Amino acid sequence: MAWDRNQMAARAAHELQDGWYVNLGIGIPTLVSNYIPKGIEVTLQSENGMLGMGPFPTEQELDSDLINAGKQTITELPQTSYFDSAQSFGMIRGGKIAMAILGAMEVSEAGDLANWMIPGKLVKGMGGAMDLVAGVGRVVVVMDHTNKHGDSKILKECTLPLTGKAVVNRIITNLGVLDVVDGGLKIVETADGVTKEELIESTKAKIVS
Amino acid sequence: MKKVFNNAKEALSGLLKDDIFIAAGGFGLCGIPELLLNAIKESKVKNLTFASNNAGVDDFGIGILLQTKQVRKMISSYVGENAEFMRQYLSGELELEFNPQGTLAERMRAGGSGIPAFYTKTGVGTIIADGKEHKDFDGETYIMEKGLVADLSIVKAWKADETGNLVFRKTARNFNPPAAMCGKVCVAEVEEIVPTGSLDPDLIHLPGIYVHRLIQGDHEKRIEQRTLREVK
Repeated sequence: MAWDRNQMAARAAHELQDGWYVNLGIGIPTLVSNYIPKGIEVTLQSENGMLGMGPFPTEQELDSDLINAGKQTITELPQTSYFDSAQSFGMIRGGKIAMAILGAMEVSEAGDLANWMIPGKLVKGMGGAMDLVAGVGRVVVVMDHTNKHGDSKILKECTLPLTGKAVVNRIITNLGVLDVVDGGLKIVETADGVTKEELIESTKAKIVS
Repeated sequence: MKKVFNNAKEALSGLLKDDIFIAAGGFGLCGIPELLLNAIKESKVKNLTFASNNAGVDDFGIGILLQTKQVRKMISSYVGENAEFMRQYLSGELELEFNPQGTLAERMRAGGSGIPAFYTKTGVGTIIADGKEHKDFDGETYIMEKGLVADLSIVKAWKADETGNLVFRKTARNFNPPAAMCGKVCVAEVEEIVPTGSLDPDLIHLPGIYVHRLIQGDHEKRIEQRTLREVK
């Protein structure tokens, strides 16, 4: 037993606080918007230049001038505002965005993040990921604990080129939740049916208590 | 001085040469200057350097200039959706400089604002920082990034008045204002040119001082990822 993609997204949604402006990455992080707890008001930023991102459109609402950072068509909300990309990254770099929830290929015990490039493979670019991890108040990574070969994606040191150094605050995986603290990683909780020992066994990084 | 031209070809007359550096607005296929890109293709100028967040797709956006091998170098943050781009890049025909998205936008904004360089935390500790000046401010390390000044800017807006004041629509604004600012000359294409005086001066997104030439035309406005929600 462990969390599935939706359970991971639901757990990540508990990181949100009332009044926060938040940026959600592509993949599992996008699902977080389905689980925003009742009574909490969160404004989603799309880094191409929008605050107050709404759901995907209906056929009638479809608008080629309205897309998210993943280039998907979306809708606006009553509180939506638009701005250019320089201002958008000004609010990211300036620390106005409280939190980013992002996917990752690797995270190190020091909070280093790698999620943009695999040497020797097709390089598509970092997009806004480097700006986000350098600028936002808090970085939460949501990812599978291991890769398709069963190897830990949480490591002593990243092997892939970094997106940011010492930028990750919390890691949420299918096996549990870990915080980046002085000297290593601290277990915050384990997923349903996962023991602390199993989590430690699956993690190739230093766990401190 | 009259800023309004009849079509993209006329608006670009005298501005296009081999080897020039062009800044283009747009994010993905949203808000790209599609008419001006077509006219650049028709002009057959080559060895161009483009600063543009993306490289279009194979048959739309900057992609059409890759097909004709008119582009020598791209400065971009993400180029994932373009097979011809990857082929030319991997074979060494095309030079690529990756910039983080916010760094690229700020380099344009800075270049157009008389700021030759700035410091940012973005990319510190990554390969982006290699060879760049590092400097500490209040205990944090930053890297220096340089402003961009382009020979020509090409942008797309929703509406303009005859003096070049621009209004954008929704997320099609994206890189267009900073791209317009960083050009020595800026040509804008819009969906509608309205009489001067009919736009609310308080609601202008980019003042006409940044826009030197202007055309109105029909836009395809292609959607890259058509994503709909299910209606229950």
